[in-house]
Amino acid sequence: MNTFWMIWPGNPGLSALTWALGGMLFLYAARSPMHELIRSTGHAIAGPLRALSRWLAAAAEELHRRNRAVLLAQARQDVESRIEREFERVSALVTRDLDGYPALQRKLMDEITRIEEDYKKCGEVPPPPPEWVEAVASVAKVKSGHEVVQKILEDISGSIGKMHDKSIAEYRRSYESRHRILGSFLPFWRSVEKTMARVDKKLEGLQSSAAAVDAQMEKYREISAQTDKAAHALAVSAFTQFIVSLLVMAVAAGGAFVNFKLIALPMSEMVGAGDTLAGNLQTSEVAALVIILVEASMGLFVMETLRITHLFPPIAQLEDRMRRRMLWTSATLLLVLATVEAALALMRDVLIADKQALIQSLATVQQAAAVTDGWVGAIPTAGQMLLGFILPFALAFIAIPLESLIHSSRTVGGIVILALVRLTAFLVRLLGHFAKHASRVLVSLYDVAIVLPLLAEKLGRRSAPAASARVEPELDVEEARRAS
Amino acid sequence: MRPTVSQQLTLLAIGFVVALAHLLAGCSDARNNAHAVYMLIDTSGTYAEEAGKAQRIVNYLLGTLQPGDALAVARVESRSFSEKDIIAKATFDTRPSQANAQKRAFQASADAFLKNVKGSRYTDITGGLLQGAEYLNETGAGTKTLIVFSDMQEELDRSTVRDFPIRMKGIRIVAINVVKLKTDNMDPRLYFGRLEAWQKRLEGAGAAEWRVVNDLERLDTVLAKR
Repeated sequence: MNTFWMIWPGNPGLSALTWALGGMLFLYAARSPMHELIRSTGHAIAGPLRALSRWLAAAAEELHRRNRAVLLAQARQDVESRIEREFERVSALVTRDLDGYPALQRKLMDEITRIEEDYKKCGEVPPPPPEWVEAVASVAKVKSGHEVVQKILEDISGSIGKMHDKSIAEYRRSYESRHRILGSFLPFWRSVEKTMARVDKKLEGLQSSAAAVDAQMEKYREISAQTDKAAHALAVSAFTQFIVSLLVMAVAAGGAFVNFKLIALPMSEMVGAGDTLAGNLQTSEVAALVIILVEASMGLFVMETLRITHLFPPIAQLEDRMRRRMLWTSATLLLVLATVEAALALMRDVLIADKQALIQSLATVQQAAAVTDGWVGAIPTAGQMLLGFILPFALAFIAIPLESLIHSSRTVGGIVILALVRLTAFLVRLLGHFAKHASRVLVSLYDVAIVLPLLAEKLGRRSAPAASARVEPELDVEEARRAS
Repeated sequence: MRPTVSQQLTLLAIGFVVALAHLLAGCSDARNNAHAVYMLIDTSGTYAEEAGKAQRIVNYLLGTLQPGDALAVARVESRSFSEKDIIAKATFDTRPSQANAQKRAFQASADAFLKNVKGSRYTDITGGLLQGAEYLNETGAGTKTLIVFSDMQEELDRSTVRDFPIRMKGIRIVAINVVKLKTDNMDPRLYFGRLEAWQKRLEGAGAAEWRVVNDLERLDTVLAKR
C-alpha cells in the first residue's frame, strides 16, 4: 500500500482529514478566482455556441429564401412551358378543326337556304274561289217553279259536282307533291344536325383547351405573386414527384437487374470469365453493366432528341437537321444493342445447356435428363431472347423519371438540408444554454465542497457587526462634538 | 476558337467510346484470382486399387473449377520428380464454352489413365510434391492447391535422395483418402505419427494450409473459397 500521501504515518484517517481540510482551505482561498474561472468557461462555451446557433438560423433563413426562389423559378418556367404547349395545342386544334369551318358554314347555309325554299314551296295553296257561287246566288233569287230555272240549277249542280271532284283531285295532288317535298327535307335535316354536332364537338375541345390555359394562367399568376400557398403546393408536388420517380426508378432498376442477369454470363464469352476488376467483380459482369448503362444512355439521347426530356441543353439547342441525325444514330445504336442482347440471351441458354451436359457427364451417378424437347423446351429460350430485345427499349424510358427525379431532388434536398440546419441550430442553442447553466451549477457545487470555511466566514461576519455596534456610540459622541 | 455544339458532342462520344474500350480491355491481373490445382495420384502397391475414387475426385475438380483456372493430374511413382508423370494438364480458357471443351478432353485423358493403372514398386511422394510445387508456382495463380491422393507412406529406393528441405510456400496441401495400412490398424500411433510428420514437414516448408480429407462426401473443403 502506498503511504507517501500520509502526513501522519500509520494513521490514514487523520492524514486524509488533514488533506481534506488543507484542500478545503486552499479551495476557499481560491474561491473568487475559481468562481470567475468557471463562469468565464461557461460563457466561453455558451457564447460561441449561441453565435453559431444564430449563424445557423440565419443560414437556414437564407437557404429557405433561396429554396423558395429556386422552387418558384422552376415552377414558373414549368408553367410557362406548359402554357406554351397548351397554346400550341389550341393552335393545332384551330388549324386542324376550324380550318375547314368556312366550307362547313357555306355548306350549312346552302342547306338551310334549300330547306327554306322547299318550305316555302310547301305553303298550302287555297282552292280557287268558287266563281259559280255568285251565279248560284243570282239563280236562287229567281222564283221557283220555272222549268228553265230548274234545268239551269240542275246543270249547275252537275257542273259543281264535276268541279268539286276536279278540285278535290287537284287538292290531293298538290298535297302529295308537298309531302314529297317535305320527305326530301329529311336527309338535309340530318346533314344539318350532323354538321352542327361536329361543330359543337370541335368547339367543346377548344373550350376545354381554353379552360386548361385558364387554369395554368391562374397558377402562373399565383406563382408570380409568390404566395405562400403556391410555394407550399409546389413543395408538396415536388415531394410527390420525387417519391413517384423514385418508385419508377426502383422498378427500372429491377428491369436492369434482370437484363444484367441475362447478359452477364454470355458476356464472359466475349471478355473472358477469369478476369476481375475490384474484389470479386468479374470483368464480364462489369461489361454487362456497361452495356446496360450504354443502352440507358442511348435511350436518354433518344428522349432528349425527341425533346421529351431536357437534361442536356446543348442537345435541345441543336438545329433540327442535326437533332434528327442524332435521333437516328441513337435509335440505331439502341436497336443494335437490343439485337446483341437478344443474341446474348440465346447464347446464355446454350452455355447453360453445355454446362449441364458437362456436369451430367462428370457425375458419378448419371441422372435422367429432363425432357425439354419440342416447343415447350423452346419457350424459355424464346422468352429470354424476347426479354433481351425488349428490355433495352423499356430502359430507354428511364430518362423520363430520371429527369423528374433530378428536378424534384433539388427541392426535396433543399428542404431536407434546411430541416437539418434548423435542427442543428436548435441543438447548438440547447448546448449553449446547457453550458451556461452548467457553469452556475458548478459554482454552487464548488461552494458545497468548501462548506466548512464558508460557515466559519458566516459566523465571523455575524460576530463582526456586534463588535462594530459596540464602538458605534463612541463614534456618535465624537461626531456630535465635532458638529457643535 | 470555341468549339461548336456538334464538335463538343463528337468529342464527348469519342471520349465515351475510348473509356468504354479501356474499361473492357484493361483489367486487373487475371491470374491473381485464378485457382491452380495439382493432383498427385499414388499408384504404388495396393493403393492402385483406389483409382476409382481418384476418378471421382478429378470429376469433382473439373465440375468445380472455373474458366481461367488450371488443373494438372500426375502419378506418384518410384521417382516422381518428372514432367513425364503428369497425366493431363490444362489451363482452362476464360471463355466458358472453350473451357467446357477442355474439361471434356481432360476427363477423357484422366479416364484413360485411371482405367489402366499399373502399380509402381516405390512411392516417391516428395518428388511428386516438388514437381507439383514447380507446376503451381509457374501458373502464377492466386490460390494454389496440391492434392495428394495417397496413404502418405513414402517408400524410396536406395539411390533416390529426398531427405532435404523442400519449399512449399503459399501452397495448400490436401491429403485425400489417406487409408489406414495393416500396421496402422495394429498400432494407430503409426498412422497419426505419419500424418503429423508430413504436417510438420510441409508446414515447415511454408505450406499455407495442411488438411486431411478422408470422407469423399466432403470434397467441398478441398478447394479454398475465393
